[in-house]
Amino acid sequence: MAAPSSSRFVLSPITRRRLANFRANKRGYWSLWIFLALFVFSLFAEVIANDKPLIIRYRGETYFPILKTYPETTFGGALLTEADYSGPVIRGEIEANGWALYPLIPFGLRSVDFWSWEPLPSPPSARHWLGTDDQGRDVLARLIYGFRISVLFGLALTLVSSVIGIAAGALQGYFGGLFDLVFQRVIEVWQGIPRLYVLIIFASFVEPSFWWLLIILLFFHWMSLVSVVRAEFLRARNLDYARAALALGASDLTIMVRHLLPNAMVAALTFLPFVLNSSITALTSLDFLGFGLPPGSASLGEVLAQGKANLQAPWLGISGFVVLAAMLSLLIFIGEAVRDAFDPRKALA
Amino acid sequence: MTDVPLLEVKDLSIGFRGSDGAREVVNKVSFTIAEGETLALVGESGSGKSITALSIMQLLQAPPAYYPSGSIRYAGREILGAPDAEMQKIRGGDIAMVFQEPMTSLNPLHTVERQISESLILHRGMSREAARARSLDLLEKVGLQNAESRLGAYPHQLSGGQRQRVIIAMALANEPTLLIADEPTTALDVTIQAQILALLKDLQAEMGMALMLITHDLGVVRKMSERLCVMKDGEIVEAGGTDAVFDAPAHPYTKMLIESEPKGTKDPIAMDRPTVLRADDLKVWFPIKAGVLRRTVGHIKAVDGISISVREGETLGIVGESGSGKTTLGMALLRLQSSEGAIAFRAQDISGLGRRAMRPLRREMQVVFQDPFSSLSPRMSVGQIVEEGLLIHGFGGGAADRAGLVEGVLQEVGLDPEARHRFPHEFSGGQRQRVSIARALVLKPSLVVLDEPTSALDMTVQAQIVDLLRALQTSHGLTYLFISHDLKVVRALADDILVMRDGRVMEYGPCDRIFERPETDYTRALMTAAFDLEVAAADVVNQ
Repeated sequence: MAAPSSSRFVLSPITRRRLANFRANKRGYWSLWIFLALFVFSLFAEVIANDKPLIIRYRGETYFPILKTYPETTFGGALLTEADYSGPVIRGEIEANGWALYPLIPFGLRSVDFWSWEPLPSPPSARHWLGTDDQGRDVLARLIYGFRISVLFGLALTLVSSVIGIAAGALQGYFGGLFDLVFQRVIEVWQGIPRLYVLIIFASFVEPSFWWLLIILLFFHWMSLVSVVRAEFLRARNLDYARAALALGASDLTIMVRHLLPNAMVAALTFLPFVLNSSITALTSLDFLGFGLPPGSASLGEVLAQGKANLQAPWLGISGFVVLAAMLSLLIFIGEAVRDAFDPRKALA
Repeated sequence: MTDVPLLEVKDLSIGFRGSDGAREVVNKVSFTIAEGETLALVGESGSGKSITALSIMQLLQAPPAYYPSGSIRYAGREILGAPDAEMQKIRGGDIAMVFQEPMTSLNPLHTVERQISESLILHRGMSREAARARSLDLLEKVGLQNAESRLGAYPHQLSGGQRQRVIIAMALANEPTLLIADEPTTALDVTIQAQILALLKDLQAEMGMALMLITHDLGVVRKMSERLCVMKDGEIVEAGGTDAVFDAPAHPYTKMLIESEPKGTKDPIAMDRPTVLRADDLKVWFPIKAGVLRRTVGHIKAVDGISISVREGETLGIVGESGSGKTTLGMALLRLQSSEGAIAFRAQDISGLGRRAMRPLRREMQVVFQDPFSSLSPRMSVGQIVEEGLLIHGFGGGAADRAGLVEGVLQEVGLDPEARHRFPHEFSGGQRQRVSIARALVLKPSLVVLDEPTSALDMTVQAQIVDLLRALQTSHGLTYLFISHDLKVVRALADDILVMRDGRVMEYGPCDRIFERPETDYTRALMTAAFDLEVAAADVVNQ
């Protein structure tokens, strides 16, 4: 560990020990790096997989098609619509009068490869590393975009539902009594609602979008941590250290936040990777059923649905499965390491 | 009697293999027990005495346990490494064991009859009727009152002492020649302890069995055993006749153990000191609710009309058996438990104050709890724990000043100031109790409620904590409310004593008067049980 140079960034020994514990779990530590690398990589999806060139040098001028939309007339075409850079006309024109730098994967999220001679869906080839789907879209490009949206959606849903769930569980566990009793019954009734049907009904009268899906899934997802946190608070509020804090004159909020929450957080953290995973699979399953993100959006569920519809093209199903399985496994491994880091009884090296 | 001792343990070493290598916890231990004799194995927690006992029964799971050297011979026969089938006959048949914790040693789902008759049916092939008759016989033998009606009782329907009697009855079921009792009375009240010890002695005389007594309590050893072995860090450091060892301990550790019995009394304080805490007719009643409408049908009177008055620098000892309401009284006085009746702190009536109004006073009235394991938040460092009170009360100025105060108080309670970066689980029980004391002390309180602060600790550590509390009282002029069931410690620390039973005052007065001339039968019974380990003649205590 590098010695902290500035006194402002001196880590307390506690934080340092937690970091060391996290690192000691090799599998989780490497999973974190792999996952972060993949995630950062996917954040730049537009630069990596796009049907537009990154830079065009044409007749002495420089263009950035990713940032700006140019009409076909700019490059000697006839139409005022956006230039189709994958078509042979524009491509030939640009190559004749300059050059263009294409992304690593020259296909975007929605770009259909009209210039392929293969029947659709086409198997993996040098042109399409993981083949195309039944609409002629590049599978690898769609997986990169799908991975990004899955992770972002999962993180957002987990964050919001954890905050709500932990707060609800903490209040119930701390105050107990009638409040707890009533709230528990409400949650039990709520949990009894068949969520998939409600989601399908919802999807029929609102236009499904990222934010709508987030709100709708949140209705059912916030309960996942309530019972764990509530149980921890119920147990710990009667322990001597909570009473000692009360004797020190601490307020309810202080006791909950400073004393009980850190202890409940281990239980919550233990569940967090599972919550994140279930958030991701919730979106994936909706997409798979066709009630998820608007048609045409990239999503892992949609790739899987294509795989199911085209069993003769196994690259669809296999690629979707591998990406999903790898992502979920990495998250679980990271979660295990986080749990180790926060465990004060963990044997120290 | 033959020359072969009943049990001969020779050069026994026991180790455990873990992921971090092998570790020997018992090192070349040798002792013998003759028929009908009582041998005590004395030592503090972690000295290896229970492990030794478990190895005699071959109850240690191997691996991870292993035996680098030694032999255990029962009646001349080697039992170390004996096949399981043979051991099963010896276990519960020839050698029986009584464990410490009467709460967990019984199966909560089986009746008393089933617990006892099980081994009779297994070992002796008795019929159910015969086993029932024998069980009843045994329960009468161990002195369980209303034995016949107790046959169908479940463990939770019995008191701790009654449970321990049932456990002893189970152990005696097959008339063992050797009974190993591992801290048989540690979890029990003093009066119950006296009863169980008397029972063990009677049974031993009657059945002629040998007794191996494992304990940390020197009083028990002196009372019960003919010979003793003192264990420390897995070795026997001293062995010999009980009286001889007590009269002239040879090993420094034995000397230290004997000297760590709390001694001395508190110096009286001047009469003109102001009263710090006063309560009049204090009541804590818990309603018992029944029926669909949850109407209150009665009350559990945990504290029932208690009046006290404590002056500055004084220590009031509150003694009583478990369930007598002494902790509830302490919590009510701190206003951590709602109660009725006036409580005055430094002439200010605090009984009607709300939580907000109480907060400024909290700085002056602090508490130290019994269990040093649960009273420290496991996820806060020692520094954070001690500092918290300062933050709440805005006491001690800026961060640097607070750090200075925390370091100072840690030093004062005998801890290394560097300890503030570590977590509670890295400390021993005694050190944790010092942290608890530091947490209370950093606020410079005038009143500290000490709720059994020494009962979870080893003897030598207990003596250190008692010394620390005494020194702190003198240097800070603290007023203590000392709640304890341990009369020896109370005698060493208190000015006044309040004896409680079932929420009521049995006796309240100056310490020496109560210890020398107790006025009620109950107090007298408590005294004889605590100091002489004798059962009081009059039938004043429960079973």
